[in-house]
Formats: sequence, structure tokens, C-alpha cells
Amino acid sequence: MVDLTRKYDVLVIGGGNAALCAAISARRSGAQVLVLEGAPKFYRGGNTRHTRNMRCAHDAATDILTGPYTEQEFWEDLLLVTDGQTDEELARHMIRESKDILDWIVKQGIRWQPSLGGTLSLGRTNSFFLGGGRAMLNALYLTAEQLGVDILYDAEVVDLQIEGGMFLSAGLKQGDAVVTVRASSLVAASGGFEANIEWLKQYWGEAADNFLIRGTPYNRGSILKMLLAKGVQEVGDPTQCHAVAIDARAPKFDGGIITRHDSVVFGIVVNNRALRFYDEGEDIWPKRYAIWGRLVAAQPDQIAYIIFDASSRNSFMPTLFPPIESASVAGLAAQCDLDPGVLENTVAEFNAAVQPGTFDQTILDNCRTEGLTPPKSHWARRIETPPYYAYPVRPGITFTYLGTRVNKQARMLMRDGKPAANMFAAGEIMAGNVLGKGYAAGIGMTIGSVFGRIAGREAAQNARN
Amino acid sequence: MEMRRAFSDGDLNYLANLCHACGACYTDCQFSPPHEYNVNVPKTFAIARAESWAAYVWPRAFAGVFARNGVAISIITALCVAAFVFGLAAVNDRQVLFGIHTGPGAFYALMPHNAMVALFGAAFLYAILALAMGVRAFWRDIGEPVGMLGDAGSIWQAIKDAAELRYLDGGGPGCVNEDERPSDRRKIYHHLTFYGFLLCFAATSLATLYHYLLGREAPYPWWDLPVVLGTVGGIGLLIGPVGLLAEKYKRDPVLVDRQRTGMDVAFILMLFLTSISGIALLVWRDGAAMGPLLALHLGLVFALFITMPYGKFVHGIYRFVALVRYARERRQIGHTV
Repeated sequence: MVDLTRKYDVLVIGGGNAALCAAISARRSGAQVLVLEGAPKFYRGGNTRHTRNMRCAHDAATDILTGPYTEQEFWEDLLLVTDGQTDEELARHMIRESKDILDWIVKQGIRWQPSLGGTLSLGRTNSFFLGGGRAMLNALYLTAEQLGVDILYDAEVVDLQIEGGMFLSAGLKQGDAVVTVRASSLVAASGGFEANIEWLKQYWGEAADNFLIRGTPYNRGSILKMLLAKGVQEVGDPTQCHAVAIDARAPKFDGGIITRHDSVVFGIVVNNRALRFYDEGEDIWPKRYAIWGRLVAAQPDQIAYIIFDASSRNSFMPTLFPPIESASVAGLAAQCDLDPGVLENTVAEFNAAVQPGTFDQTILDNCRTEGLTPPKSHWARRIETPPYYAYPVRPGITFTYLGTRVNKQARMLMRDGKPAANMFAAGEIMAGNVLGKGYAAGIGMTIGSVFGRIAGREAAQNARN
Repeated sequence: MEMRRAFSDGDLNYLANLCHACGACYTDCQFSPPHEYNVNVPKTFAIARAESWAAYVWPRAFAGVFARNGVAISIITALCVAAFVFGLAAVNDRQVLFGIHTGPGAFYALMPHNAMVALFGAAFLYAILALAMGVRAFWRDIGEPVGMLGDAGSIWQAIKDAAELRYLDGGGPGCVNEDERPSDRRKIYHHLTFYGFLLCFAATSLATLYHYLLGREAPYPWWDLPVVLGTVGGIGLLIGPVGLLAEKYKRDPVLVDRQRTGMDVAFILMLFLTSISGIALLVWRDGAAMGPLLALHLGLVFALFITMPYGKFVHGIYRFVALVRYARERRQIGHTV
């Protein structure tokens, strides 16, 4: 049994990769550690449940990585995806530390596997967790338990006592009562607020009602909100979130990665007026998949339809939800509640604009449209081979960017710029320090593990002093 | 998924039989119950496996044996034991049946060696024939030309994979059974069962060689190789099945195809009973109980043989054949092993 009357050295709020890395790291540094995970046991781990890999720098190929990925290259990639919206000192520190994480995380029970073929190509840069994110979590939890970390599930923290940048205690909801949990240091690793529709509505208005949340319903950002309200400096654009196009038939929460559609480049995308609205062939898919959530969010009723024909049916990985199918474009429109005449016209205009070319999905090929607005710059092939198919898509919100500012010790900074006395942050709650915008596959886990490990170590150290 | 993007029923049967039911995919999948996707691969595969065995069975008329396997195996076993008890009692008089027989040829006082060989040889050959016909149906169902079962490299790989239960490890840390904590218990108990069975089989084979090549008749002294092999194997075949049964009862019910639990239990019990009756025979072979114990043991072994193609035993055969195909496919796409 967990004794809540004692004073722990380190309290970790959260239950994902960052939280567990922090807990393990603090415990290995000699601290008595309590983890409060707000979700039930099955849903433990927040977005980590749905992750698959981690991006770490390495100077040479490994058993599972096909080639080197230097610190400099990692930095350049980060610069590219964030448009420079990153804290260079912090980011470079993270990248340097990520090299060691490849080994450290294995010592915590995580096993790697080579990346599969047939999806975004990450075999050189990203290490894949054998069994996926939940397998990774299971291994971390097992290690934490074996080390003697105390863990509570369904442990919702409803209050934080903070005075002048000093954490005193947390209020833990237990039934109708609130129990005070004391600790010498705090690690906040409780994620973003992507599952908090009310909060999203502050920036997106009623459109947020039509968003689907790719992770669990427990990423409500309540700890983030409390910390910001108690004087912690914020970082990251509060209005922004990472959103991709996912199947409109997916559940409201926790549909996970398998609802994502990677077929945009093979067809056209229309809104519910049956009109195209963006260049589907702008750039290779791994560079563009993350803009489509936002694009769909800007369309009427936040829905769109990927339209393609039989020639592309087997060009991408099988999807969880089968495509809507019809022998004619008009029939497809009817099934999607689109105006058949308009959709036929949109397809006909597109087909007429397609120029001859040699299709090659692996390069920026020369299959493009001429005189069409918006254009399709690559991979444009006429949609003319029945049966015709459609995937309805909606914005799927992965994570939010708003967070707490930290320094290289993962220590939170207060609004006046002073470091907090005993408060640290790791993972999505502070990802905005490194990732001002954009995303690169696997970088969320890098942020979680690197800063989780640092935060745990520093929090343990802090508790001793 | 890397190897193929469309899946047929045959592919499903192949994957179901390739699956070692380590359970790791259940605890590692974020979409397993209580998630609304309700993805339960171990249970789905367990059901598909059992259904495939009934579909491949030879002769086809016996497919129903898989439906209520526990009951069927129990009845067949009881009948076999009864046949041997009454058979031996009928052909021998009371003095012989309950008499004390020692020294070479003691067992054959009750049943002539040639009769024993003929009866058990026939039962064994029948089992092999039925199993071979099942394998043929399986191999065709999964879309492979039968000649390819002769691919020596893949067979050797599959032998190694099966011998070490390479894939009964949850991808490294062990199987999950009652909760999310992995362990190697099922693997260890399976090894004890499997190698125990093999040692017992080796003991019988060796004894046959002794009989025909060396002219030495059973029973053999306790230190002689057939007895040593049989005893060591028999002990494995006691501990292994008990362990497997214990693990089975602890297993998270959500992973289990409960309709077929009877089949698993029947096979495990058959192995256990065969072993314990053999050991009892060894211990009390010098006394008056030898006759009845011999009848019991022979009845159990006979039932084990003739029910082999119609129960859980076939899992090993189809698993092995699936491993051969898996080894072939991996070699074809360029993996080293």
C-alpha cells in the first residue's frame, strides 16, 4: 500500500514516457518516488500509448539503425520543421543527451526493433520500440515497480500548493475527499491539453467540437493550467496544436495512429461542398502529412473527403476503416452526402488538367496539373478507373504546444525569469521549449526521455539538498 | 504487413498456427479490451487455430471430435483402458494377470511381444497417416505447393525454432499469462513436457532396438538406458503438464478460447496419466500389481496414439509446418534467419 501521509522526495505527476523516465531516474538517484497517473491503469501513459519510435542522434549505424544520424543533422532537421522556433541551447543539449538515451532506455527494459518497410521511411534516424508504445510503457512501469517506485492510478491531482516558485504539496482526489500529498520536489510530466475540448474552443471556437482526439481523454492539461496560474512562465503558442487528417469514423478519443490516412497524394481532397481546397501533391508525404489536419479544420464543418480510384487502391498500407466505394463518381458523392453534380465536375476538371508524366510516388515526379486552382503539383493521375473510393477525414489532434518554460536542468522558470526552487517539467508539458511549431517523427519521445531523465535526476538531487 | 497487404483465410490460418500464444501482443496493444476496438489477437487466433484443425482433420468424418474434445478424448481413453484390462484378463487366467513376473520377458507373459508391436505399430502408423493428411490439407490451404515442404534449409531452421521455442518469449522478456508481467514459466513447463515426451519416445524406440537387434527383452534393470531415459522423461512429463495446467488456470480468461479449454486439458492430462502410469509400472513391476498397471499403461498409450490426430497434439505439428513456411518467407525476403 502507498502511504500518502509520508513526505516523498520526488512527486511525479503524469504517467507517460517522460513521467516514468523521471521516476526511474529519480529512484536510481536514491530518491523515494511517487507517481500519480490520472488515468486508469489500462489507459496509463497518455500519448506514449500510441507512439512507435524515438529519434536519437548516433554517430554510427546500430543493430537496428541503418546509418549514422549526427547531432548536426538532427539539429538541422529540427531547425527545418520548427522554422527556427526553438531554443537553440536547450535543443542542442537535448540532441547531445539523446545519444546516450539510446543505451540508457534499453537499460530500463525497452527493446528495439528495426523499422518496418512500407511506411514513412525512418530506418536510419528513428529507433522503433519492439511492440510499440504500450510495450515500452509496460517495460518502464515494470522497471519502476521493481525499483520500488510507488505508483497510483486514477490519481487525479486537483490542486497544487506553490509559494514563490516552491512546490509544497499536491491535492489528490480520492473519492469525494482531497488528500494532501507532500514531496520535496515536483516533476510535472502530465502532457498537454489536447483532450480538453473546452480549452481548445478558446482558440478554435465551435469548430473544436468536430475535432477528434488521437490520444486518451485524460490529456486535459489541468496541471499545466495550475502551474501557469501559479506563476510559471509559459512557452509555445497556446493556439497551436499538431493535427493530422484522420478517418472521420474514428472514435472521439484514443483512435490512435491507425486512423491516419496517408492516401492524400494518390487522389484529390474535397470539402463538403465537393470542391478541392489545397495542392495534394505539394511535397513528399512525410513532409506534408502534418498540415492536413489544419487544412481540414479550416473547411466547413471540419470535414473533407480523399477521393481516389481503383488504380491507387493498393498503393498504401491497409486502413482500419475501409474506404467508401462506388461504381461511379456520382454514386460516391451520394454516399458521402456530397452534391453529385459538383463532385463530378470537380473530378472532370481535375482530370482535364492532368498532364502526361511518369508516375513515381518515391520522388517529386512530373505528373502535375496545368491551369487548375489549386494545382496538384505531383503525382496527379486522372481519377477514371472504377470503382471509386473515398475516405472521410477530420482533424485529429495529436498534441498541443503550450507549455512551461524550463532550463537545461529541466527546472521550470517562473514568470520573472527565476528558476523554480523545486519544480521540474518533462515531456509534452515542456515540449514547446524545443518544438515551437511543426513536428518530426519520434521527437516527442526524445523530449520525454531526455528531459524525463534529467528532471528525475535533478529533482532527486534537489530533494537531498 | 511488410510481406503482404491482402490476407486470405489461408493466410489467417497460417498466422493463427504460427502464433505461439505468448500473449505479448495483448498487453502491448493499446487497442486491446477494454478499448472500444476490442483487438484480442491471442483469443481470435486461438479460435481460428481450433477451427482450422477441425477443417484439416482426416478422415473428414472425425471433425466433430474437435468440438467436444475433452469429452471425446475421455471416452476414447476409458474405452482403450477398459479394452486392455478386459482383453488381458480374458486371454490370461487370473494367476497370470495377478501373478508375479520378473526378469526378461516378464511383460510378455501377459501380452506377447509381437502382438504388442503389431497393435501399437498399427496405431502409431495410423496416427502418422492421419497427421500427414492433415498437414497436406493445411499446406494447401495456406497456398503452398506440397513439394516445398522439402526445403531442407527452412526445415532445419524450423526445427531449431521449435526446439528452443524461440517465439514463445513475448519478443524477449517472456510470455504474459495472468497479468502484464512477463515470465518464462510456460516455456519451461513446455520444454519439460516436450523433451519428457521425446525421452519417453526414445526409451520405447531404444527398447525396440534392444529387442530386435540385441535380443534383450524388457523389463530392463533400472540402470539400463531405456529405463533411465523413460524415467527422466517420465519425470519431465509429470512436472511439465502439471505446470502447464497450473499456468492455464491462472491465465487471464480474456486471452482464452474457453470453448476449447477441454481440448487443452484433455491432452495435458493424457500426457500426465501416460507418464504416471509408466512410472507406477516401473515402481511396482515386481509385484502382483504389475498386470493391472501394465494394462492401464498400455491402454493409456494406445489412446494417446490414436487420439493424436484428433486433439491438442496437432498444435505442435501445424506450428512446426507454419514455422517452415515462416523460415522460407524470411529467407526469401532476405533475412539471415
